[in-house]
Amino acid sequence: MASILTLDGISKRFGAIVIANDVDLAVKKGEALGIIGPNGAGKTTLFGVITGTVPPDSGCVTFDGRDVTRLPPDQRCRMGIARSFQIPQPFGGMTVFENLVVAAAFGQGRSEHDVYAQSHDILERCGLAAKANRPASSLTLLDRKRLELARALATAPQLLLLDEVAGGLTEHECEALVDLIRDIRKTGITIVWIEHIVHALLAVIDRLVVLHGGAFIAQGDPQEVIRSPQVNEIYMGIPADA
Amino acid sequence: MEWVNTIVQGILTGGLYAMFAAGLSLIFGVMRLVNIAHGDLIVLAAYVALVVTETLGINPLVSLAFVVPIMAIAGYVLQRTILNRTLGDDLLPPLLVTFGLSIIIQNALLEIFTADSRKLNAGPIETASIEVLPGISLGVLPLLQFVLAVAVIAAMQFLFYRTATGRAFRATSDDQPVSQLMGLDNRHVFALAMALSLAIVAIAGVLLAVRANFDPSIGPARLIFGFEAVIIGGLGSMWGTLAGGIILGVSQAIGAKIDPGWQLLAGHLVFLFILAIRPQGLFPKVQ
Repeated sequence: MASILTLDGISKRFGAIVIANDVDLAVKKGEALGIIGPNGAGKTTLFGVITGTVPPDSGCVTFDGRDVTRLPPDQRCRMGIARSFQIPQPFGGMTVFENLVVAAAFGQGRSEHDVYAQSHDILERCGLAAKANRPASSLTLLDRKRLELARALATAPQLLLLDEVAGGLTEHECEALVDLIRDIRKTGITIVWIEHIVHALLAVIDRLVVLHGGAFIAQGDPQEVIRSPQVNEIYMGIPADA
Repeated sequence: MEWVNTIVQGILTGGLYAMFAAGLSLIFGVMRLVNIAHGDLIVLAAYVALVVTETLGINPLVSLAFVVPIMAIAGYVLQRTILNRTLGDDLLPPLLVTFGLSIIIQNALLEIFTADSRKLNAGPIETASIEVLPGISLGVLPLLQFVLAVAVIAAMQFLFYRTATGRAFRATSDDQPVSQLMGLDNRHVFALAMALSLAIVAIAGVLLAVRANFDPSIGPARLIFGFEAVIIGGLGSMWGTLAGGIILGVSQAIGAKIDPGWQLLAGHLVFLFILAIRPQGLFPKVQ
């Protein structure tokens, strides 16, 4: 199947720290890709490069057959790239519903009136319908994470980037979220998911890549990658030749 | 009765101050830009009205139909071409650029229109008044000015909380990088906010020019009144801004009543007093 997103030779450094070193990545349409890697491996920066908030030093980003390397974030959003943040960043001064309406109206370039019903459906799916009129700043952590997801979905993305959505949740909450992400996946949205909670990730994804020191060091079938010597070395400190 | 009259006049003047403040507060709220040229833009609007009324021979109040769109377009262009470039993590560049703009506007007006004091003539409406109670007459013009101020504040409140543009303003104000990821083009949103701010400036400028004499140098003082009204009322609250304007207007009226030389002093003292006891303003926005 055709790639919806390709990264070609992306490099990024902040001063002397190399965040991405000639990274290549192709994400197929409809695929669910997981990214793991130690803290500081450059995972979140990669999302910044894809959404347009972090300009790469070199390399190019292609989305849906078009070179988007120089497009600003708002245009990429309207093309169909959405992301959630590790630390939820709702518009705190607005209600939950308003958060959705803004994302839906401007993310899709439609009038507010046209997106009310759709926004409500998404809140329903994400389990937030009862809290639609609450100020977003009053939500609990789980609900904020749901709102992150809901707001990203409201922009009607083709590609959804999830940044550690399962972190900080209880086991039960985590399961509910995994179910939700699986549902989203079924609607045909391509998912790229950065996560430390590996079992949550494995429940959804069909390919896993490992980012370490600004480069992909392993990729392929999730179960195989998890058991691979390289991953053991990074996470457990077991040398690959042991 | 004389005192009641003084206070009523103060309230009516306060409406004008609230209008000075509303545009200032809008811009700071949406893009954290302190527009030092705000007062001079009010004066610029007055001169635009002067040119329009003299050229077309129409009443200054009718000229609003031209001045408001002219200023709004100027605001949009100003933001897109100059001010957007100054915005970033540092608060200093926009401050310096608008300060420079203030000097440019003042001197350009001085060059073109000289330092002569001007006034717009609105005709018989200027002296018309209604006697509401024995001993208390309200000038039709001050009353109209106040009603317009309330209408502007109410319209802004509606826009902010009931329209897509308002939600775009609030989302951008809340978190600029995230709003961009939701498809909002910040440069356009900022330019719309500046257009709206200068539309309000246009109304304020015309009303100012009809009520009192103006010359190219009076802008900075209007800026101060605007600042004071915003801070007394509390940042981010529209109705608070109206209240702030009224408090300032009444303070000045009472000061002037005690001694004509005390008008401005009384306003500044009340401002400083409120700043000292309640720095967040009287009606800060509840999140």
